[in-house]
Amino acid sequence: MTQADNFADLRDLYQEVILDHGRRPRHARRLESFDRNARGDNPMCGDRIQIWVKMSGEKIGNVGFEARGCAISVASADLLAETVQGRNKDDTKALFEAFCTLARTGTCPSCKSELIESMKVLAPLSGVHEFPSRVKCATLAWHALIAALDGSKEVSSE
Amino acid sequence: MNIMTNPAALDVDRIRRDFPILTQTVRGKKLVFLDTAASAQKPRAVIDAMAVAMQTQYANVHRGLHWMSERTTEAYESTRDAVAELMNANDRSEVVFVRNSTEAINLLAHSYGRGVLKPGQAVLISGMEHHSNIVPWQLLRDAHGIELRVAPITDAGELDMTAFESLLEDGKVGLVAITHMSNVLGSVTPAERIVSIAHAYGAKVMFDGSQAIVHRKVDVCALGCDFYCWTGHKLYGPTGIGVLWGKRDLLERMPPFLGGGDMISSVTYEQSTWAAVPHKFEAGTPAILEGIGLKAAIGYVRAIGYDVMEAHEASLVEHALSRLAGMDGIRVLGNAQQRGGVISFIVDKAHAHDVATLLDRQGIAVRAGHHCAEPLMHRFNLDSTARASFGIYTTHAEVDALVDGLVRVREFFQ
Repeated sequence: MTQADNFADLRDLYQEVILDHGRRPRHARRLESFDRNARGDNPMCGDRIQIWVKMSGEKIGNVGFEARGCAISVASADLLAETVQGRNKDDTKALFEAFCTLARTGTCPSCKSELIESMKVLAPLSGVHEFPSRVKCATLAWHALIAALDGSKEVSSE
Repeated sequence: MNIMTNPAALDVDRIRRDFPILTQTVRGKKLVFLDTAASAQKPRAVIDAMAVAMQTQYANVHRGLHWMSERTTEAYESTRDAVAELMNANDRSEVVFVRNSTEAINLLAHSYGRGVLKPGQAVLISGMEHHSNIVPWQLLRDAHGIELRVAPITDAGELDMTAFESLLEDGKVGLVAITHMSNVLGSVTPAERIVSIAHAYGAKVMFDGSQAIVHRKVDVCALGCDFYCWTGHKLYGPTGIGVLWGKRDLLERMPPFLGGGDMISSVTYEQSTWAAVPHKFEAGTPAILEGIGLKAAIGYVRAIGYDVMEAHEASLVEHALSRLAGMDGIRVLGNAQQRGGVISFIVDKAHAHDVATLLDRQGIAVRAGHHCAEPLMHRFNLDSTARASFGIYTTHAEVDALVDGLVRVREFFQ
């Protein structure tokens, strides 16, 4: 039996992409130079993330984070960092809204066409919609990013 | 039901038949419920008692002059007798009904804290309290000038008795408010020693028995404590009903907590006078059906017997600890000499929430998180743990299912 068969029942939420980014996040570092930052807390479960944003003009240049939390929350923060680069604030908020819909419902039927490539990257997280208690794990980093862009220093994800 | 006398004689299969929910499947798998410390499942006796009351004998209590109200009052008030007997209280009037332990501690912090303690005095808690036995005392501290002290625990997860005593030595501590059994570590605190030391320094003692009373006989006379609180839903009873037991002379010295109907003797616009204890602390329509359900739960537990329950859970804990000790990458938090059926652990390379979700996919329900005990997590440099907890219906095979499930979690996160 292959390993995939062995764990078929566990893979609907924990796809390989999530395990990989959860284990080896590419963007998990404090930026030495940044323009915006914020902290996100999930007080019910103790997850916490700090996020730093370096702007390039009106657009997001680079994102780094430090997360204390589960594989879902770390992977989600990492995939966020990969999908928001080059977006301005409005674009980022549109992607945030689309991602929240994806996390809550498993799909995003009315996604704008310019978001589709990024949504494909984020799609492995769609499995959380079947686990209501884990949706906030996936959205915590996004709430922190939006707070940073809006100039808030702290946000709590419930 | 006969009270069994041989602790080895607990027939778990028979017990399980009393709990209808245990036949449910979860995600296509047989339910393995290892989250009893959060809230226990309910036996048929409790379910039936509440349903029968609603179908045949229900009205508001303490005020109706009609047959239904009188019968319902008798049924509800007979729970007070059952609680007094369960805890070996001297007097039924020492049993105050509350919603849960949290409300009991808030009542105490408000009424004893503001009404009896004086600014400059201190309340002493331990380093392994639930938030419900921390936050009410912080509110009291900030509003009333009461110092809050915390007695540390050892790496084994036991109360540091030397430090505990030294925190009492200046005589400022008016009340020790401490768990009788940790909801995270399972450690049972040395209640009699705590009481004798605290009393020697003039402090009263309140135990949070939310976990302890599920696993062992609580005799407030033998413990010698001044207050003891617990909650019905962890003792196989309904939610929304709990108990604050207190020595009568102390309860009488305390002002009311909530004001309203049922707690008064007379009311005029100029002033009101209070009902006698315990009704002074029971404003408003109480949890009537839940009270009736709680009596059924107490009857159920007493028919099985604490000696039998304790032996069964001790055997489960021993089995679980020995199996977990044999696993790579699993660390159990604390190793107190005296412990009940609660085990917290962490899994190498896997966050507790992921562990809980992956176990859930296999039909196994555990709790993960800080367990409403953040300061205790910090004491062990952790943010969260997974926790398995046992009840009278837990089987050794379920402990084995947990271990098998954890083996898969470990492989998955390799």
